[in-house]
Amino acid sequence: MTSLPQNPTATKLGLVIDLDVCVGCHACVISCKEWNTGGYGNALSDQHPYGSDVSGTFLNRIHSFEVVPDGGEIVGEAGVARIVHFPKSCLHCEDAPCVTVCPTGASYKRAEDGIVLVDEDKCIGCGLCAWSCAYGAREMDLAAGVMKKCTLCVDRIYNETLKQEDRMPSCVRTCPANARHFGDLGDPASDVSIMVAERGGFDLMPEQETRPTNKYLPPRPRKSLSDIAPIVPLAENSDGARGFFAWLDKTLDRI
Amino acid sequence: MHPAASIIVFTTLSGLGYGLAVVLGLGFLGPSLLSSKIAYVLSLTLIGVGLLSSLLHLGNPQRAWRALSQWRSSWLSREGVMAIATFVPLTLSTTLAIFANRHDTVLGLITAFGSLVTVYCTSMIYASLKTVDCWHTKLTPLCFLLFSLAGGFLLASAIAGGNALVVELLALLFVLLALVAKMVWRKHAATRQPRSTPESATGLGFIGKVRLFERPHALDNYLTREMGFRVARKHAAKLWVVAFVCGAILPILALLLSVAIGSGLSAQLILCAGILAHLLGILVERWLFFAEARHAVMNYY
Repeated sequence: MTSLPQNPTATKLGLVIDLDVCVGCHACVISCKEWNTGGYGNALSDQHPYGSDVSGTFLNRIHSFEVVPDGGEIVGEAGVARIVHFPKSCLHCEDAPCVTVCPTGASYKRAEDGIVLVDEDKCIGCGLCAWSCAYGAREMDLAAGVMKKCTLCVDRIYNETLKQEDRMPSCVRTCPANARHFGDLGDPASDVSIMVAERGGFDLMPEQETRPTNKYLPPRPRKSLSDIAPIVPLAENSDGARGFFAWLDKTLDRI
Repeated sequence: MHPAASIIVFTTLSGLGYGLAVVLGLGFLGPSLLSSKIAYVLSLTLIGVGLLSSLLHLGNPQRAWRALSQWRSSWLSREGVMAIATFVPLTLSTTLAIFANRHDTVLGLITAFGSLVTVYCTSMIYASLKTVDCWHTKLTPLCFLLFSLAGGFLLASAIAGGNALVVELLALLFVLLALVAKMVWRKHAATRQPRSTPESATGLGFIGKVRLFERPHALDNYLTREMGFRVARKHAAKLWVVAFVCGAILPILALLLSVAIGSGLSAQLILCAGILAHLLGILVERWLFFAEARHAVMNYY
C-alpha cells in the first residue's frame, strides 16, 4: 500500500550523522555497497566497471562542500572557510513523497519502525519515486530495472544470527570516526535523540515538507585563524635560543 | 530532468488523442461522415500508441498492470486507471459511429469528461512534485489541458477539411489560450525563487555560502543523468522559438487561411500542414518541459 501509515509511527529508526566528525573517507559507502549487494533484494550493479565510463548503484554517497562565510573569499578575512564532508542516504521521511507517488505499491513505509522500503518484486522501474525525492536517496539499478534505496540494513538490525554489536546498519558499524549513529528518534530518551537535542541536530531541506527522520549534527564552531596566528612562532625568531644554538645564531649573524 | 523520448512521445500523442476524443465526444463532427469515422479510429490509435510508448521507459514493463492499484495516493496510478476507463466509452462511441452512424450524447459526454480527467492526471504527475520548482504550479495542468484541446480541435479541423467552421474557430481559440498559458508558465518558471538551495540542502547556511568542493564520484550516476540533464538547456532559447512558431503561429496562420478559403482540398492540405507543425511544436515544447526543469537534488551536485 503506498499510502503512508495512518498514525505517525511511534518508533522512528534512523541515523544521526555528525558533520563535525565525518572525515570523508568513504568507508561507509563501500561497506554499504558490499553489504547490500549481497543482501536485501537485487544486487547493486555496476555498469562498465572496468571501462572508461564507470557508473553504478550506491545507496550512500559522500559529498564534500566548501562553506565560505559571508563577506570573505580569503581565509581569515571573515571567519574561516571550511570543508564539510557530507554523507547522504535515505532520510526515511515521515511524509515520504517517494511512497505516495508509487503507482504499484512497491514503495512503502513500515508502520512498526518507520523504515521506507521497496518491494522489488512489485517495482516496475518507472523512476517517479526518484523524481519525487529531493535528497537523491533513490537510484534505479540499471541491471535489475528496479529502484534501490537504503533499507537501514533491515536485514542486519533485527538479525539474531549476528552478534549484538553487529546489529546496526553497515555504515554505522564501519565508520572509523564514529560520525554515524543509529537509534530510535521517536524515543526522546534514546542516545540519538539526546545527541540531536544537545547538538542542535537539523533536517535537510525542511522546506520540502518531508519531515526526515535522519538528523544531521552541525560542525562545531571554530576559532578563527587570526586568533590563533600570534601563538605560532615566526621562523626567523631566535630569541629563545640557548647554549650551542645561541652561539651558532650569533656567529652566523656576524658572517 | 532527463527528457525520455518515450515520455515525450506519450504525453504528446495521448494529449492529442484525448483532445480529439473530447471534440468527438461533444459531437462536433457528424458520425455519418467518413472523416469522423477516421477521426474516431485516429483518436484511439494516438492514445493507444502513446500508452504503449509510455511503457518503454519502465525497468520492468511486464509488471505495468500493477500500476493500476495505487489510485488512492498516486497520480501516475490514477492516470493509468483513467486511461483504461476512458477506453471503454471511446471504443463504444467508435463502434457506434462506424457501424450505426450514431453519436450517443451520454457516451460522448463520458468520453469527453474521461479524456480531460486523464490529461489532468498526466499533468498532475509532474505538477505534484515539489522537487521540481517550475512544474509545481497549477499552471502545469492548465497548459496540458489547453494543449490537448488545441491539438484536438486542430486535428478535428484538419480531418473535417474546412467543413466545420465552429471547430476551426474553437481550435483558434484554444491555440491562443494555450499559447498565453504557456507564456505565463514560462515567466513563472523563469522568475520564481527556488524552493531549496545548497544552503538548505546541506543545513550549512548558518556558516556561509555553500558550494560543492568534491563530487561523491568521478563520473555520472543515475541521479546526475536523470535529474541533471543539460544538453537542451544550451539551445533552450532557439528551441522555444521553434516551439512557439511551429506549435502556435503556423497553426494559427493555417486556421485563418482555411477559414478564408472555406472548404475544399486546399483548405484541408493547409490544415494538415498546420497540425503537423503543431505536433512538431508540441514535441519540442515537451522536450523543453523536461530538459529545462531543474531538480532539487542538483543542489548537492
